[in-house]
Amino acid sequence: MALLEIEDIHSYYGHIHALQGVSLTVEEGEIVTLIGSNGAGKTTTLRSINGILPPREGRIVFGGEEIQGTPAHDMISRGIAQSPEGRRIFHRMTVLENLEMGAYHRNDRAGIREDMDRVFELFPRLRERIKQESGTMSGGEQQMLAIGRALMSRPKLLLLDEPSMGLAPVLVERIFDIIKDINRQGTTILLVEQNANVALEIATRGYVLETGTIVNEAPAAQLREDPKVREAYLGEI
Amino acid sequence: MATGEVTKGRSGGLLESARASSWQTRIAVAVTALLLVLLFVQAVRDPAQFFSQLVIGVTNGAIIALVALGYTLVYGIIELINFAHGDNFMIGSFVGLTVLAGTFAGIGLFSPITGDSGAFLKVVGVLLALVVAMAVCGFVNVAIERVAYKPLRNSPRLAVLITAIGMSFILQNLGLIWKGPAQVAFPELVSSANILPTDAVVFRWKDLFVLGMTVPLLLGLSYFVRNTRQGKAMRAVAQDKEAASMVGINVNRTISITFLLGGILAGASGVMFGLFNGITVFNVGFFQGLYAFTAAVLGGIGNLTGAVVGGFLIGIISSMADQYIGVEWTSIVIFSVLVLVLVFRPRGLLGDRSAVQGGGS
Repeated sequence: MALLEIEDIHSYYGHIHALQGVSLTVEEGEIVTLIGSNGAGKTTTLRSINGILPPREGRIVFGGEEIQGTPAHDMISRGIAQSPEGRRIFHRMTVLENLEMGAYHRNDRAGIREDMDRVFELFPRLRERIKQESGTMSGGEQQMLAIGRALMSRPKLLLLDEPSMGLAPVLVERIFDIIKDINRQGTTILLVEQNANVALEIATRGYVLETGTIVNEAPAAQLREDPKVREAYLGEI
Repeated sequence: MATGEVTKGRSGGLLESARASSWQTRIAVAVTALLLVLLFVQAVRDPAQFFSQLVIGVTNGAIIALVALGYTLVYGIIELINFAHGDNFMIGSFVGLTVLAGTFAGIGLFSPITGDSGAFLKVVGVLLALVVAMAVCGFVNVAIERVAYKPLRNSPRLAVLITAIGMSFILQNLGLIWKGPAQVAFPELVSSANILPTDAVVFRWKDLFVLGMTVPLLLGLSYFVRNTRQGKAMRAVAQDKEAASMVGINVNRTISITFLLGGILAGASGVMFGLFNGITVFNVGFFQGLYAFTAAVLGGIGNLTGAVVGGFLIGIISSMADQYIGVEWTSIVIFSVLVLVLVFRPRGLLGDRSAVQGGGS
């Protein structure tokens, strides 16, 4: 059984029909990527999964349970964490406080400590800046913190929204290496990326989203070879 | 926001904005300096009177600061000026009065606690009045948010603001129905006798009482917001509600807790105000609320330290103006200071940060 199964969801912003029947599955241990142009509905799909924008129709099954009516703040205890688009870290709080907030719903001190050490192992830079107000850090460091904060809940499924946004190419490569590591350590990942090149490099499978519907689904290697995908998303003519 | 901006705002902000000076700034600085010098002259001429006046200012400031914190907490988290807050303060003083009278809704529970009661009974009475008023006001504040503000969370700002003003009128008129239009007297439970052996400087038991109650509340609140998990969740919600819900924080509950805290402080200050001044009246919340709101804005609304600094400043300025300029000038002086501060620092003295504890951009 798939870890996450989305069946024909429709989501709206007011009267705007943003998702028009999206279906996708994520198997345990995979990195699945959603690619598509601006406004195709990638972020909306993530917002529908994590309860911020509950779909009006359709089913979302996570770990065998329907979750489409669950409030956003309960998703984390079910095992879904997100590093949102634009990072959305708590700017006026320190790195440590941000990470503590990531473990807000947990009470097991030892476990929290362990996960914090794991985050610091993945991102040694965060340990150096532990007392720093997070809004004063660089974009790359903030991205690391956003991912670290999400990992603090020890999620089964990690939703990553545009982790490469606004970062220098060298940094993008480093962040994506770390994402691969996180996946290897056992976290399933659903990755939304504008930068289809890097996303398809680390992903197992990919979905292509266009104006609110899935138009293509294939193993990542196959998508990379697909002439249409190459033309539209990989910047080749 | 750039790094430099943040540090600038924190440290050299005041000086720097003075230095980026125009002729208006120079005049403002000169006027302030002149006033301080005049005050200093008075202080040297009659130090005893000056210090007595300072004590009054600090004590009044403490009460104002508690109310100001309620404004600033709520503004910080949902960017709403909760105009009903001052009236909740009035409700607090009425509840305290009722508890001390020992009679509620015609049912006598115990005989009234008055100035003639024994010392032990007085202490118990005061504590009971405080606790009950804090609980009631906390509850009232939470209820107001649930009933009047929460349904409008996604409406235009103005709608919520008008609702807040409406809530203020409702509470004020409930107070009018409850205790009538005239001032009501508080029993004199805390002595007005001077603690100090000399007659020159006046520091009364009353002053000690207010400070002794306020300072722990202020420290407690500061500890709560800074160090506890719930306090950190409040700051997180203030900064980014959606991100807060993504990490598992129940945003609605956190907002309720914020209103609860504000209400508790209003209740405590309502009772202290009554005991300190010996009277209360149905529209006391309007004036006291206005001062407290001014204090919050003066200090930088959304900033907790700012509310406390603003409260003490307003208290001290008004007591000094009472003594050295004339009572009829006090309000003019206070609001002139407010206007001046806002002209030069639109976000208030410590308000380099836009929202609470100081939130998003």
